Amino acid sequence: MVSDFATLPPRRTPLYTEHLKLGAKMINFGGWKMPVFYSSILEEHQAVRQHVGIFDISHMGQIRVSGPSAVRWLNTLLTNDLQRLKTCDGQYTLLLNEQGGVLDDLIVYFRGNNDYFLVVNAAKIEEDFDWMQSRLLADVALSNLSDHFAALAVQGPASAELLRGFGDLPIRNKIQEFRIQGIPVLLARTGYTGEDGFELFYPAAAAAAVWNQLLVLGVPLGVKPCGLGARDTLRMEVCYPLNGADLSPLRTPLEAGLGFFVDLKKSEFVGRSTLLTQKEAGLKQRLVALKADGKSPPLRAHYAVFVGDAQVGELTSGTQSPSLGIGIGLGYVDTPFSNPGQKVEIDVRGRRFPATVEKKPLYKKGC
Amino acid sequence: MLVPDDLKYAETHEWIRTEGGIGTVGITDHAQAELTDIVYVELPQVGTRLEPRRAAAVVESVKAASDIYSPVSGEVFEINSELESNPALVNTDPYNAGWLFKLKLSNPEEISSLKTATEYMTQIGA
Repeated sequence: MVSDFATLPPRRTPLYTEHLKLGAKMINFGGWKMPVFYSSILEEHQAVRQHVGIFDISHMGQIRVSGPSAVRWLNTLLTNDLQRLKTCDGQYTLLLNEQGGVLDDLIVYFRGNNDYFLVVNAAKIEEDFDWMQSRLLADVALSNLSDHFAALAVQGPASAELLRGFGDLPIRNKIQEFRIQGIPVLLARTGYTGEDGFELFYPAAAAAAVWNQLLVLGVPLGVKPCGLGARDTLRMEVCYPLNGADLSPLRTPLEAGLGFFVDLKKSEFVGRSTLLTQKEAGLKQRLVALKADGKSPPLRAHYAVFVGDAQVGELTSGTQSPSLGIGIGLGYVDTPFSNPGQKVEIDVRGRRFPATVEKKPLYKKGC
Repeated sequence: MLVPDDLKYAETHEWIRTEGGIGTVGITDHAQAELTDIVYVELPQVGTRLEPRRAAAVVESVKAASDIYSPVSGEVFEINSELESNPALVNTDPYNAGWLFKLKLSNPEEISSLKTATEYMTQIGA
């Protein structure tokens, strides 16, 4: 992934200078210069689990699709069934290549009146857009609005309290128009942390105004600005896949355990025939959640998974779970060893540590 | 950033305190601040012979694993087993309770090639 961007300087979100002012440690991620943490990944993680945290997600892409044939056309490109959406609904879905491999995972929001708003991964904006453009129909309008939007994720049990003062809030998975001190915001009740939370999309010119306003208002609620480090540990605890790590063009959504977001009953979409064949033949590997049985080094991507002397898989993500205090990971494991309860060993620098395949999510509220 | 005057420093952000042929090694305040949130420390076994600029230990934060190098050559004769249950000591007290290992120096002259506190401060821009 890194090599794709090696020739280009990393891009900056409209909040770049705000991050520097807050003393963030900045890293390159998906072609962008992003904060990995401000104070500490653990503190930021706990702020989201217990109070509220705010993430800059302006690096993510926004694509608008509209026109009379928008729904019919999107349904040929995306795995989930868009016909099911009512106005203001959001839906998690996948964009596949012809071989059924994952190009991107995204959320599509139905704004009503044949108007769809897609939120895609930072590293995939141009690729997704080009892929869609090359398959465009005459009466569908497609536009890449990514540069026009700043975006924030406001996540945690106190997130609703933080935003409630500005107006009525959407319910889970819905999007609506909203205003924060006169600034128009598209407000969705979605997120990547497993907590109640919101994602805000608003004009890039107002990026710092909304960010700073929420950070100031949130002080009594225990708000913290949060970086990609906490975003990663939070999503791993609830087993949300990360594209480029757990998802790739070489893996289908069925292997990734995302069959719920694939409607094979739809007449046609890119990748469908491969998925049908794969379903018929059975999956060779599955993406599973793993938890270390005891004390171990943090689990990491690319660590090998063993049963006895045989390697049965490899981790695609891993960390030390801040909430559970133990090593956790996601990885592809041979199907016969992929059921919850399966005992495995994970190789860390030549030493083996016992772990167990667990049901997803690894972390649940109140556990 | 704390950079005590009485220690010597490696360019790779380890410190060493020497006393009668024994060196105590840890990572600097600057290094722990860069890594943050240390959750696991893997130490060499007692008796291991260490060479300068070779990986001797691994310090893992939530985000990444980092190799720690021995500033000089020698034989490990004690490790800080307290870090097994409390790896965050490396964050909270990097120059004292957060020490990593002690070694018998096999070539005490190597110490003089390490950086002084002032030289290390220049390196990290402190």
